Amino acid sequence: MSASDHLIPVVVSNVVEVNPIIKRFEFKHVNGDELPAFSGGAHIVVEMLDDGTKRKNPYSLMSSPFERDQYAISVRRDDTGRGGSKFMHEQVRPGMQMKISAPVNLFALDLRARKHLMIAGGIGITPFIAQMAQADKLGVPFELHYAARSVSQAAYMDSLADRFGDNVSCYCDDQGESVDLEMLLSSQPLGTHVYVCGPKGMIERVVETATSLGWPAAHVHFEHFLAPPVGEPFEVHLAKAGIDITVGAEQSLLEAVEASGTPINCMCRGGACGQCETVVVACEGEIMHNDHWLDEEQRASRQRIMPCVSRFRGKRLELDL
Amino acid sequence: MGPATMSESLIEESILSRPTYGTLKIVPGLAHYFLADASGAECVIRVVQELPRDMMEKVHILYVPTPGEAALITSLYALGATRFEHFPTIEEAVAKLGDWLSDAKMGSQLYLAGTEGLVGQGVAKGEECGLDHTAVQCEHRGSLARRVQCVHCKTMIEDVTTQPVKCPSCDLLLLVRDHYSRRLAAFQGVCINAEDPSEEIEIKEVFK
Repeated sequence: MSASDHLIPVVVSNVVEVNPIIKRFEFKHVNGDELPAFSGGAHIVVEMLDDGTKRKNPYSLMSSPFERDQYAISVRRDDTGRGGSKFMHEQVRPGMQMKISAPVNLFALDLRARKHLMIAGGIGITPFIAQMAQADKLGVPFELHYAARSVSQAAYMDSLADRFGDNVSCYCDDQGESVDLEMLLSSQPLGTHVYVCGPKGMIERVVETATSLGWPAAHVHFEHFLAPPVGEPFEVHLAKAGIDITVGAEQSLLEAVEASGTPINCMCRGGACGQCETVVVACEGEIMHNDHWLDEEQRASRQRIMPCVSRFRGKRLELDL
Repeated sequence: MGPATMSESLIEESILSRPTYGTLKIVPGLAHYFLADASGAECVIRVVQELPRDMMEKVHILYVPTPGEAALITSLYALGATRFEHFPTIEEAVAKLGDWLSDAKMGSQLYLAGTEGLVGQGVAKGEECGLDHTAVQCEHRGSLARRVQCVHCKTMIEDVTTQPVKCPSCDLLLLVRDHYSRRLAAFQGVCINAEDPSEEIEIKEVFK
């Protein structure tokens, strides 16, 4: 069983071009029902039926957790990816019916915090928009530090500045601006929690700086969804099902398992949550571990794989599915 | 929490609720706050004197001396911390710790050394000020005397060394449990002869 087994039928109520590379999509329940409640930082999985290929990509909800009549996500177009964002940008239009999963939160605010310090890079802004609405309503102090390539690419900055004033600061690469992490993380009152969402390098810098300054690990939160990478097609044997399947170049192993009708657990579909961890029965070749879940030792053992983002190259891969 | 052999604490393993303590060790931090009584002073001296001079501006020490004692005050002062203050009671020192921590920043570390009453009240103050429990280290030294709360009348009884103990406020005879409240920094004392108050129970000195 997984969250994406019970999909919610929605209609695309609005599509907004935020800037040349980002579009916002708004969804309402097909019957006009209230959508499930969620908290800031939650994501949904959007099912895309793209010319015979079924894709399910996770996107953070950016709409207010206090508004249940519609959900909003923002999608950054990535022309080098597997085609999910391209499909969203080119094929999805208002009025279209789609299916989405119920929200799941792997990046929730810690409600014990006395202050929330949010650090966003690029499209990593989206979960914070929902979180700021939540923190604002709860009356807990928060600050957002938002880094973008340029003013024109700093999606939503103007509306956030209007809503939250001095609580938000923007830093644009092309203006030579950057967040002084050392200074920022050295000046936070006790009880502050820091949250970071953005490119891998930014997450690593925040985690390393906080750790070296003595921040407890429980006060440092990050979310980095991975898009399943493209690669060479490969064959997999599913031992329990007794079948062989082929994973296409632009398909994830998880998607190929699902397409075969074989049951598998999953949740985030982005290498973060650990739900799809699968036992490797036999492996003659190399597993390309692309997840954030398995540790070095587990990777080296070649006895576990995260089918949502990881791939295989070699003679034979057999999974306990 | 260090292995038992590393610490000079004599606390035996018991239920999960009963705190155990480790050995102070400096970890990376923006600032280092120390609170100790006379039994714990040597722990502070041990770890602080190992620090390079340029780190002393990050070190803040609070101390509760034994009445009339001065040698340890001199030794602690000589460490050269950016702030050093001493107070006659744990209560006053813990209140001062609260003042200091209210201005402290994330990355601060708290180190507590000495008797359980001091350590427990330091832990509770740290938590109240927003310190994560992983930023607080404790080393137990000295007496095993317990701070006990009478669960019936809520009186706090300091320096309890006997089992059972008589509540000075409501006169009930209390079994001192290993059940510990981190919020109150006290062990729970529960009436030992509620069924038959006439039952005679020998009072023994057990927490030395």
